[in-house]
Amino acid sequence: MAALKPSERMKIPRQPMPEQEPAQRAANFQEVNCGYSAEAASTEACRCLQCKDAKCVGGCPVNIDIPGFVDALADGDLSRAADILFADNVLPGITGRVCPQETQCEAVCVRAKKGTPVGIGYMERFVADWARQHRKDLFEPPTPTGFRVAVVGSGPGGLTCAGELAKRGHAVTVFEALHIPGGVLVYGIPEFRLPKAIVHAEVETLRRRGVEIVTDVVIGQTYTIHELMKGEGYHAVFVANGAGLPVFQGIPGENLKGVYSANEFLTRVNLMGAYRFGETDTPVIKASQIVVVGGGNTAMDSVRTARRLGASPATLVYRRSREEMPARVEEVKHAEEEGVVFRMLCNPLEVLGDDKGWVSGVRCIRMELGDPDASGRRRPVPIPGSEFEIPCQVFIEAIGTKANPLLTQTTPGLQTNKWGNIVVDDNNMTSIPGVFAGGDIVRGGATVILAMGDGKHAAAAIHQYLTTGCSGNGRAKLNAVP
Amino acid sequence: MFTVQEAQWLTPKVRRLLVRAPRVARSHRPGHFVIVRVHEGGERIPLTIANSDNEAGTITLIIQVVGATTEKLCALDAGESIANVVGPLGRPTEIENFGHAVLVGGGVGTAVIYPQAGALRAAGNRVTAIIGGRSREYVILEAELGAHCDEVFPCTDDGSYGYHGFVTARLKELIEERRDVGAVLTAGPVPMMRALAGVTRPFGIKTIASLNPVMVDGTGMCGGCRVTVDGKMKFACVDGPEFDAHTVDFAELTDRLSTYRDQEALAWNRLHEFTEAGAAARCKMRELEEAATGGRPL
Ligand SMILES: Cc1cc2nc3c(=O)[nH]c(=O)nc-3n(C[C@H](O)[C@H](O)[C@H](O)COP(=O)(O)OP(=O)(O)OC[C@H]3O[C@@H](n4cnc5c(N)ncnc54)[C@H](O)[C@@H]3O)c2cc1C
Ligand code: FES
Repeated sequence: MAALKPSERMKIPRQPMPEQEPAQRAANFQEVNCGYSAEAASTEACRCLQCKDAKCVGGCPVNIDIPGFVDALADGDLSRAADILFADNVLPGITGRVCPQETQCEAVCVRAKKGTPVGIGYMERFVADWARQHRKDLFEPPTPTGFRVAVVGSGPGGLTCAGELAKRGHAVTVFEALHIPGGVLVYGIPEFRLPKAIVHAEVETLRRRGVEIVTDVVIGQTYTIHELMKGEGYHAVFVANGAGLPVFQGIPGENLKGVYSANEFLTRVNLMGAYRFGETDTPVIKASQIVVVGGGNTAMDSVRTARRLGASPATLVYRRSREEMPARVEEVKHAEEEGVVFRMLCNPLEVLGDDKGWVSGVRCIRMELGDPDASGRRRPVPIPGSEFEIPCQVFIEAIGTKANPLLTQTTPGLQTNKWGNIVVDDNNMTSIPGVFAGGDIVRGGATVILAMGDGKHAAAAIHQYLTTGCSGNGRAKLNAVP
Repeated sequence: MFTVQEAQWLTPKVRRLLVRAPRVARSHRPGHFVIVRVHEGGERIPLTIANSDNEAGTITLIIQVVGATTEKLCALDAGESIANVVGPLGRPTEIENFGHAVLVGGGVGTAVIYPQAGALRAAGNRVTAIIGGRSREYVILEAELGAHCDEVFPCTDDGSYGYHGFVTARLKELIEERRDVGAVLTAGPVPMMRALAGVTRPFGIKTIASLNPVMVDGTGMCGGCRVTVDGKMKFACVDGPEFDAHTVDFAELTDRLSTYRDQEALAWNRLHEFTEAGAAARCKMRELEEAATGGRPL
């Protein structure tokens, strides 16, 4: 393939992702994207110009050697492609599906300047899926170091850190509050976007590599961080307990029956399997009409999930315009194809209820875009007198989350900022020596790949802290030696 | 997996399980609860930790059959296990010396006040318990409470045992008789707690109620357990479950508790009519009930 000239490569059109038909998929929970065929994957790989100074690598938060794995894929050497990919990213089957490639690697692809970028995410997914099916986990157990590390939370941040530490021979225990590991990957992101079997397979790989995962333990309640380090004998801790508490808008009617936070709605459906109520025991309110407020991935996942549970219309209300929606572009497109109704530039004022305390609708006001705010986005301002009502029986709020204080409150000396997020230094170490943190609890609601990046970075810092007695900046001395 | 080490019926519909859960037992304080999932595919429900034994690594759960999940739990016998038990959750009871502390438990709510009794006693309180049930066989933990309380007053709606009447009426009499009640801590059905707040309010007695909203995760992540206290939204699993009863919006709590009534009825019917597992569980329930009640009909 190396024989192809750049001009020939330029002629190849971007290979489309095969998808389930919109009408069909709007009624099931199977994955929307079906994945590239081997042929499509290698054709797409040939579109890559193999830039010397590949901008895409810098666009990736974990700096995957993108030209490297794409070149191997173009050569048909899937095994090599997988090696390159896994060297930088332990969960490519997940990030290939949920990363916002359009604002990261693909945004800076030279081919995006004139036409469409190379389908990096689609190829990443292809290679990861191939590896999961065809490759044995060739893992050489490292020499145990004798150090023990506790990881709090089994989302992408915690899992990545655990995997990286295990590679270096440390004994890692991941403590997870819920009954299944995976964090947002299992309770938030729906099956139709990220099949749970993929997350479970990744978790199994970590287990085979010696990572111990203990569910049903809430750090801050079952053990404090202090108890982990003193009584339980862990030499370091990585905290990745995620973003946590859902934010409610504070409008009247929010406690009516039929109002959910997106977290509750998605947890009931995804983690607890309420869409199979009958086979499973957790209920979710069925509604013929639902309204979701928000513009991010969480809002999109909620409205598409509601659609699959039979809502018609399933309406998305967002106070800015479509261009400002933080959700992945592909999700917005998919939602629209599935018949989700978008009501842009309007904001809920009140949830309306019937005389039995059930939601009957939501009263909204239209907005227009004014001057830019602190985030640089134009601030939406209400248009007086433009109120209107949308009938619905379920109203879902997906307007964000704030830091969960459960762990930070019970950890004296752990510094947090005014939003309650944990403060860390360049090495992801907190104000407590030996306690590191990353992911959403540090960044506020962010992304899977950023949480993974933190996990990886922290693992390197923890390794240094354990083996040299101080983290990168020399601030902290380790006093316990195994 | 969390093994059930002992199981026995306390009343025809209330069962006590001794469950091995060393991590929970070691951090348990009065007021804490756990969330359990009986089996794969099961729902997550909150249950008060009625007692714990750190040395033995066990906790005691007292469960009333009110729906499909509690029925499945109560069908468990010693040697069987519960898929998941997470905790201890919630904030522990704020134990102070109130002088004379009165604990009021209705039905299985008595399981909540039981661990509080010992802690309040240890903090120097005079401790009185008022516990209620429909009739004699529904009054639980009287002897156990007796070991930690200065006085225990059982009450029955039908007068078959103890005081004839509601716990609220007995409480009012006690407050008027003694005039030294410093605080009331209560747990039980929402209408009872609501009425009780009405009894203590005119006296200005500090009253703490343990709330029981629907929960999912128990860690503050979903907001499903939200209640209105003093006009503000609180998440019962992390901010509570105990709140100042005089400022709790009980009407809203009652209403929200009815959210899944239809689905619960479906699940109940399914357990009882449609599945083999349901039939087996029902059979077993009957046997166990018969054993517990000596064959008396319910
Ligand atoms: C619905 C939804 C859709 C999303 N879609 C995308 C997307 O498409 N692409 C993308 O990049 N990002 C997406 N995100 C954001 C992304 O999921 C998060 O940024 C990422 O999961 C953060 O990872 P984390 O490891 O920090 O924490 P989390 O994934 O939140 O995991 C934290 C884990 O810690 C556990 N935990 C919490 N407290 C404790 C405790 N005290 N003790 C023990 N365990 C505890 C939690 O139960 C949880 O399992 C989405 C988020 C949501 C909610
Ligand atoms: S049960 Fe989910 S926040 Fe309380």
